[in-house]
Amino acid sequence: MVKGLWALVLVFFGVVAWSQRPAEIRVGIVTFLSGPASVFGIPARNAADLLIDQWNRQGGIAGVRIRPIVIDEAGGAERQVAEFRRLALDERVDLVIGYISSADCLAVAPVAEELRMPTILFDCGTPQVFEERRYTYVFRTAAHAALDNVAAALYILKTNPNVRTIAGINQDYAWGRDAWELFKGAMQALKPDVRVVGEFWPRLYAGEYSTEISRLLSLRPDIIHSSFWGGDLISFVRQGLGRGLFGRSRVVLVAGEHMLQELGRTLPNGVIVGARGDHWFLHPTSRDDPEHRAFVEEYRRRFNRYPVYPSYHMAQALLAMRAGYERALRATGGRWPTKEEFVQALVGLEIKTFTGKIRIREDHQAIEDALFGQTVQTPQYPFAILERMILFPASMVNPPVGVRSVDWVRTLRPELLRQVPDPR
Amino acid sequence: MSGLLFLALLDGLVYGSLLFLVAVGLTMVYGVLRILNIAHGSFYALGAYVGVVLGLFVTQTLGNPWLSYPALLLAAVLVGGVLGPLVERFVLRWAYARPEVLQLLITFSLFLILEDVQKLVFGVQPYFLDAPFQLLGSAELGGVPYARYQLVLVLVALGVLLGLRFLLRGTPLGKILVAVVADREMAQALGVNAGRVYLLAFSLGVGLAALGGALASPTVTIAPGLGAEVIVLSFAVVAVGGLGQIEGAAIGALLIGLGRSLAVYLVPELDVVVPYLVMVLVLLVRPVGLLGTVEVRRI
Repeated sequence: MVKGLWALVLVFFGVVAWSQRPAEIRVGIVTFLSGPASVFGIPARNAADLLIDQWNRQGGIAGVRIRPIVIDEAGGAERQVAEFRRLALDERVDLVIGYISSADCLAVAPVAEELRMPTILFDCGTPQVFEERRYTYVFRTAAHAALDNVAAALYILKTNPNVRTIAGINQDYAWGRDAWELFKGAMQALKPDVRVVGEFWPRLYAGEYSTEISRLLSLRPDIIHSSFWGGDLISFVRQGLGRGLFGRSRVVLVAGEHMLQELGRTLPNGVIVGARGDHWFLHPTSRDDPEHRAFVEEYRRRFNRYPVYPSYHMAQALLAMRAGYERALRATGGRWPTKEEFVQALVGLEIKTFTGKIRIREDHQAIEDALFGQTVQTPQYPFAILERMILFPASMVNPPVGVRSVDWVRTLRPELLRQVPDPR
Repeated sequence: MSGLLFLALLDGLVYGSLLFLVAVGLTMVYGVLRILNIAHGSFYALGAYVGVVLGLFVTQTLGNPWLSYPALLLAAVLVGGVLGPLVERFVLRWAYARPEVLQLLITFSLFLILEDVQKLVFGVQPYFLDAPFQLLGSAELGGVPYARYQLVLVLVALGVLLGLRFLLRGTPLGKILVAVVADREMAQALGVNAGRVYLLAFSLGVGLAALGGALASPTVTIAPGLGAEVIVLSFAVVAVGGLGQIEGAAIGALLIGLGRSLAVYLVPELDVVVPYLVMVLVLLVRPVGLLGTVEVRRI
């Protein structure tokens, strides 16, 4: 009799707790749907569509379905701030996942804080966000430019220890400037006798690089560093290829992974390519992981392409959201968490991703492993894939909490190279 | 050192040629129609897209990559011949008599519409066509390999400049065009069909924009946003040379091209600002541009 009563009470509380659950989790998803940066934005949205559909079919998060509200990131930072306010105040979203452009991240983060809106920055690369301010509501679930460029420097010095001269060609805006600064700093710290022979700053979306290529050809640096992306990257590769640039110098494309499928057979072998983290559909340790394989196959079936790093970055943000809700629900004993409880649950969270794991640190910046490799054309794929890959552990390529990236790269010591794993 | 200087001049010439091919259509349309056509950038992008699609078709389906050169020209003719008359007839024709601000708004909205049309038709993936660039290979110039295709572009730009000069100065059609520009009413009174002249001039301008895009597509990757990039630089070129001046566009393109290449050789930090620096310097000295003429307002 008493047992029965207890059961009834439990059911009653269960029903109350359950009835407090929202009808849906409203997620604002902001990514480039138009403009040149849609080469990142569309693969990211594709990944979001795929995962949200799949999770909703399985009942959502703890029984609550996810409802995405997708916004185009094009139009500049001011417009994004206005859109963010609209998402928070009119659409009444529960959280926002978004932002590829660093300028948008920097503009939106303070507004998110002001509106107390949980916000997960999923892709933007500027180290500044959490190095210059602390946030309660803002997180980033992907690593930033320090990882890309330190891993690039380590990869180069591991595989080509005799490098003497380097040159950089980067777009003249925050991303290009940050990338070169970090790469140059890391190279000079890891091998102090490396000489910089050229630094080129073409306009973003310039598309025409014959002058820079002429200079690079006559300078003949051992290494050419570029953080180009999208159409600019393809233009540079094609124009350089037509003039033998890839035969004279070794080229490192720190964000090159997202354009491998577009470049197809055009890209020669031996180009050093990074993936802004450890994102690669043929990842050396997780290519056969069942969840990863299912993701890759489903992505390919639906969108007729392989997922690229922005897809993985979006997946990381969504996985973090799900893990955050689940952890918060455990902490509240099943009561649906408030926004504050949700953001608290994200801090310190360690999440298994498709290719590895991320850990959200106390400064709200997640760290992840880094993957670099060299291109090789094979008969199996109609585009270059990576070989001689090195998987750098997260602790090696991300600055510690509270240290600015530019200061951190200067403290790197040549001895670090001994800890770098061999390529495989 | 002389090798480097030669290379810098060559790079400037190559870049200037690309700029000229885009800007000349813009300046010609302004010269005849007195409309600053912001949609010019879209026609450039459309020319590039159509050029790539046709070029890929002839290389992949017909299996002859050499046909990609005529395919690029055909793209320019198609875009100019189909879109030019349509836009002139149905959009611009009733904009001529309206205030300049309205004309700007009309061509700007046209630009936005065409940008979306591109996305609808071609998607957002980058497009490129390698055949025309690779077939010609490279030659050793100034100590470094230089793509022959880019040298061909210099010749094409020169050909377009001379061709337009001949068209305007040496043919009856050119004389009629000049007459309509000088005094439309008088020309009409003498039996010239001014409407048709406008239609022809605009279509030629669109065709030139498309030609610029199509010829750039073997080196520059075609992606959304291309049109916006191009229009800004074209305006700089046209402002330097003087609005409506074809030779002016050539000089403007050359100045900006050389300025930029010297910047890359000497102070790469200035790469981005050079086109605008050249423009500001020229406009400070000659507010109407190098070859521009002072407009007489008819009351």
